[in-house]
Amino acid sequence: MPAFDEMLPETSGLRRPYEGYDRWLKEQDPARLTQKMQDAERVFRKTGITFAVYGEQEASERLIPFDIVPRILSGQEWRRLTQGIEQRVQALNAFLDDIYHRQEILRAGRVPKDLVAKNEAFLPEMIGVRPPAGVYTHIIGVDIVRISENEFYVLEDNARTPSGVSYMLENRETMMQLFPELFQKIKVRPVENYPQLLRQSLAAVRPQGTKGAPTIAVLTPGSYNSAYFEHAFLADQMGVQLVEGQDLRVVDGHVAMRTTEGYKQIDVLYRRVDDNFLDPLTFRPDSALGVPGIMDVYRAGNITIANAPGTGIADDKAIYSYMPEIVEFYTGRKAILGNIPTWRCSEPDSLKYVLEHISELVIKEVHGSGGYGMLVGPAATKKECQEFAKKLQAKPSNYIAQPTLALSTCPILTEKGLSPRHVDLRPYVLVSDRIQIVPGGLTRVALKQGSLVVNSSQGGGTKDTWVLDD
Amino acid sequence: MLLGRTANGLYWMNRYIERAENMARLVDAGLRMALTRTQSAAEEWNSVLLSAGSDYAFAQKYQDYTAANVSDFLLRDTSNPSSTMSSIETARNNARMVRTALTRETWESINEAWMALKRMLARPIDERDLPNVLDAIKRETALIRGSFYGTMLRNEIFDFSQLGTYVERADNTARILDVKYYVLLPSLSWVGSTLDNYQWESILRSVSAHRSYRWVYEADYKPTNIADYLILNVRMPRSLTFCYRFLGEHLKFLGDDYGERHACHATAEKIQTTLRRGSIKDIFDHGLHEFLAEFIRDNTRLGDEIAQDYRFF
Repeated sequence: MPAFDEMLPETSGLRRPYEGYDRWLKEQDPARLTQKMQDAERVFRKTGITFAVYGEQEASERLIPFDIVPRILSGQEWRRLTQGIEQRVQALNAFLDDIYHRQEILRAGRVPKDLVAKNEAFLPEMIGVRPPAGVYTHIIGVDIVRISENEFYVLEDNARTPSGVSYMLENRETMMQLFPELFQKIKVRPVENYPQLLRQSLAAVRPQGTKGAPTIAVLTPGSYNSAYFEHAFLADQMGVQLVEGQDLRVVDGHVAMRTTEGYKQIDVLYRRVDDNFLDPLTFRPDSALGVPGIMDVYRAGNITIANAPGTGIADDKAIYSYMPEIVEFYTGRKAILGNIPTWRCSEPDSLKYVLEHISELVIKEVHGSGGYGMLVGPAATKKECQEFAKKLQAKPSNYIAQPTLALSTCPILTEKGLSPRHVDLRPYVLVSDRIQIVPGGLTRVALKQGSLVVNSSQGGGTKDTWVLDD
Repeated sequence: MLLGRTANGLYWMNRYIERAENMARLVDAGLRMALTRTQSAAEEWNSVLLSAGSDYAFAQKYQDYTAANVSDFLLRDTSNPSSTMSSIETARNNARMVRTALTRETWESINEAWMALKRMLARPIDERDLPNVLDAIKRETALIRGSFYGTMLRNEIFDFSQLGTYVERADNTARILDVKYYVLLPSLSWVGSTLDNYQWESILRSVSAHRSYRWVYEADYKPTNIADYLILNVRMPRSLTFCYRFLGEHLKFLGDDYGERHACHATAEKIQTTLRRGSIKDIFDHGLHEFLAEFIRDNTRLGDEIAQDYRFF
């Protein structure tokens, strides 16, 4: 089955959201577009928008390739998506609150008890802790794929520390620099207020006892982290401090940062450090990235940590397969956005099916991310499949499998003109006393023809994502 | 509000930018000497290495004091932590760390300097290209300085940056003088031979002051004038007095802003007083080398105190 192309599907003509862009594109000189493509790369390199690739020493700083053809969604398509996302995000927060308190969903037998209790991402330290304002996941990136005109599925919920939002912002900035006239012709909903919304959103979930305007900081593992650019970018755009573990310490029951004038209290910490590293007194004792004692401050309600520790249980890939049940359990309605059918390899029948159909399926590690440690059956050699099957049999509960979906495509500009490539979409959701979704998100694109892996660490690129103001 | 770690990053970012440029300047002066006085070239290169504080490390690696070896070691060798390439790399790493404190223009100029020099210094420098490379280094650091002065808000971020620049610069000028102090001593320079003229010009050249000196002292090369120019002149941007004028000013801003004075304020004032009261005759009577050695010690102490007083660590 051929993939659905979002600009020019095989079965019908040019799709409406792309009409304005197509008109403009036809007037462009191909040589000028190629030039613009190179300009874009220069802009990115100059501003230092790079990411580090683990395990590659030479290319320790690389650019994520950027394609200048936008991915366009109509206002109507977007409205439908946002309804589904809002519902899902509400359910995720309700689920987290439940499993760290009364565990109704486990008692009702809708999610297996062991799947939560024995899950590494479940933090017993969070049992009975209620985060300020009752919010667990303040920032969520919901990965969405499209199969056809009307079929959207959630591929993954990123409820820990989703990254990539800086690319969303810089992609738009770059597009506006390269093609200012395009934005006059076509009304695209703005994304550039994201940092401001993020700041307001974080301020809204400050601890109850905060006096005056809350002090907010972004916690980064440091300048050698692959997403450091983004951490610095967000801190900068929000106008807050970018701190490392070494800057912080607990002083008089509060988390404080070492400034040139002594220690200053922090009220809200947007942390980009994993749970494990957050507090060496509670979690990994060897962590130098966290703050000793921060969990005590947290439990006393004196700091907001965003996202809350222990949210990983909600985006765990094994839990993912229960999301339709979870959404229905907490919202009382069927999920607007569906899941991709998922085989849990921990279940013997599923494992048997997966082993028999390994060459047709996508198999992922339950706790993996970034496209590492996964097998794309149809693209793998026989030998790769066999080797993966061995790993799978050794620890089945570590894996889930999904059918290989014909992800929708969107054209990219190549030397030979436009050519379709598979894409996905990560909208960013902010949760405080309300839920806000910036129109668009990050479109990731598999640059290799036919490839389905869009992760930047695996040769994926990005595109500007437009939601039309119609 | 500024993190101690950020203040530290700003301070060292600027020390290393200054150092990257100073290395180029030193090589430039050495090159000129080597070209004009071929028989004592090795000796000249050795004093360049002494001024750079890299003589020991160089001797571990090389036997021959040639233009190729010295310029390679001081400009592009990344095993030498003070080489231009290492310095610009360290400056950029610090800039990355404090990126949120910098304007986009400042960050981009540092990042671009790093990219340009990395490309240029990737391979050994052909001797014929050396002047071009030296020019390029000075141009890149000038661009950084330009975007920095042109765009940065004059607040504590600016103050800590400037402290780094001037502590490094004062150290550099004092070392250059100290390595060559003997050619400035009266007993040797009575003669006023061409040899001394070259030496004197070389000192001036290594602080980019060979032309401005002539405007001030009317081309009259006298050791006391040269020492006066580099130590006491208030308007010469690399003189010790000039550096301390600004160190004093920025420390005062910080003291006023924070409403708190520290040990570093007292140290800076003590050094400023010495410079203000001193005449070049006193300094020579006291002993030029002794004066410079003490200055270098005090200047280093000031750096340590700044780090401690403002909680760099």
